[in-house]
Amino acid sequence: MTDKDIMNLHPQVFYPLWKRSPLFILTLISILTYLIFSINYFNFSLNDLLNGFSKMKPILISMVTWNDFFTWNFNSILIGILQTLSMAFLGTIAASIVSIPLGLLASRQVVKISLPRFIIRRFLDFIRGVDILIWALIFVRAFGLGPLSGVLAIFVADTGTLSKLYSEAADNSDNKPIEGLVSSGATKISTLRFGLIPQVMPIFISQSLYFFESNSRSAVILGIVGAGGIGLQLSERMKAQYWDQAFFIILLILIMVAVIDRVSRALREKLINE
Amino acid sequence: MSESLIKNHNERLKVLIRKRRFWNIFLSIGILLGLIFSSKIIDINASRLLSGLPRLGDYVAQILPSLETNSLFLDSKTEGSISYWYFNLPKYLHLLFETFNMALVATIIGSLIALFLSFFAAKNTAPNSLIYFITRRTLEFFRGVPEIIFAILFVWALGIGPIAGIIAMMLHTTGSLGKLFSEVHENSDVRPREALKASGGNWFSEMKFGLLPQVLPNLISYILLRFEINIRASTILGFVGAGGIGQELYLVINFNYYEEVSAIIFLIILTVISIDILSGYLRKNIIEAE
Repeated sequence: MTDKDIMNLHPQVFYPLWKRSPLFILTLISILTYLIFSINYFNFSLNDLLNGFSKMKPILISMVTWNDFFTWNFNSILIGILQTLSMAFLGTIAASIVSIPLGLLASRQVVKISLPRFIIRRFLDFIRGVDILIWALIFVRAFGLGPLSGVLAIFVADTGTLSKLYSEAADNSDNKPIEGLVSSGATKISTLRFGLIPQVMPIFISQSLYFFESNSRSAVILGIVGAGGIGLQLSERMKAQYWDQAFFIILLILIMVAVIDRVSRALREKLINE
Repeated sequence: MSESLIKNHNERLKVLIRKRRFWNIFLSIGILLGLIFSSKIIDINASRLLSGLPRLGDYVAQILPSLETNSLFLDSKTEGSISYWYFNLPKYLHLLFETFNMALVATIIGSLIALFLSFFAAKNTAPNSLIYFITRRTLEFFRGVPEIIFAILFVWALGIGPIAGIIAMMLHTTGSLGKLFSEVHENSDVRPREALKASGGNWFSEMKFGLLPQVLPNLISYILLRFEINIRASTILGFVGAGGIGQELYLVINFNYYEEVSAIIFLIILTVISIDILSGYLRKNIIEAE
């Protein structure tokens, strides 16, 4: 069999590219057109960019030269980290507690009528549409600067997401234990307590743990809008252009997040195996 | 016979219950200690919370528009109409368009870079373990630093404006998508690539014909998910001066232009939810088409 025979056998493979996959070419062209459009739209110029980056060079150098390392204020950094962790912890716990009833009420498994479920779900969508930083900004306006606003921001933003996840976990639960309890004459409360809760509780706890992880990240940035914690320490140092200390704090944040990830993953695995 | 069975069963149940009880107590004590400790650290207490609550209620009442049913659809000069509430709508729409474009550009460029790097960050496609290690750690760094921190840095270097925000989001997108993409590569089927190798294909054609066709639907679905996240992120990057509608929101919140706060927030929610629905629909179709 020569090459020509093979080509005659499967001619469609050897069509030119635009004929073989017009969709691919079309996508490519539209992405390129869009990028050209956006260069215009954002007044992007390579010169400005390179200028900016050359301005960043001294910053990057001063980030890694820690001259007066021993004179830094480690106390405030440590307190900042503890505050951030506390914010994440309190916010997650409060959101988890509120999300249990909300999530159950938004679940098919518990509330059979669709109207209240629909209302709660749209309400949760509404909460989720607003970023956590916007919530923090609003709470800072109402409660003043400080970690309390951060806790409330995490609490509200997480209630939106956790309740939704909880309700989905309840939706996906097994019907049989519940039916068994109903058929043996259990009340509504004990049906929930012994039929549904044992199934969903491990999922609830592991999701809350997961949220604690992600909150320890978001609590960092809440400090930037005035909710205290390590983010405040970081943004103050960036404003004052103490780049070396800022970079040190960034490294500390990365380590903190990595440690929390490890611990929480180990706990979650333990929980799921139980 | 059956009695011993029941006894055996009871015994096992007892062990199970004891184990579970231990876990419950352990968890409860841990949570309780955490609560006490953390509320000490950030000095939170019931009286502060309670004194703040009415202020929160006042604030919410202030930012909500005072709409009147009989003048709801009148022009923007009449108080109580929707157009009075949204008198600044053209400006908002302009900013919203900018926000949308920031997210889209950052997603496109970020995912292209992520696609390029992901081959070096996957165990089964990386040329050697040193490059694998370096790429992984780099991606971790870009993923670990919050984008708003990058944004502060770039605003300082490039000046106030959307470019700083785009680059910040792009870096974060590269970090997280690069990791996800490389995991998709690692989970892909190795047989098509082996066949290409056996018939004399080079590394490039191995990737193009053996790997990409199987991973592409997954990659696109991740890109869409990332686009949703970036839309959210681009609404807040303006807080530090990195462009988009966040800049305006920050301004109206700090200057107490009360009704404009709710006007902008409702617009953001509307945008975020509609993008989520659209992208969710697309993702579902892509996965089903697979």
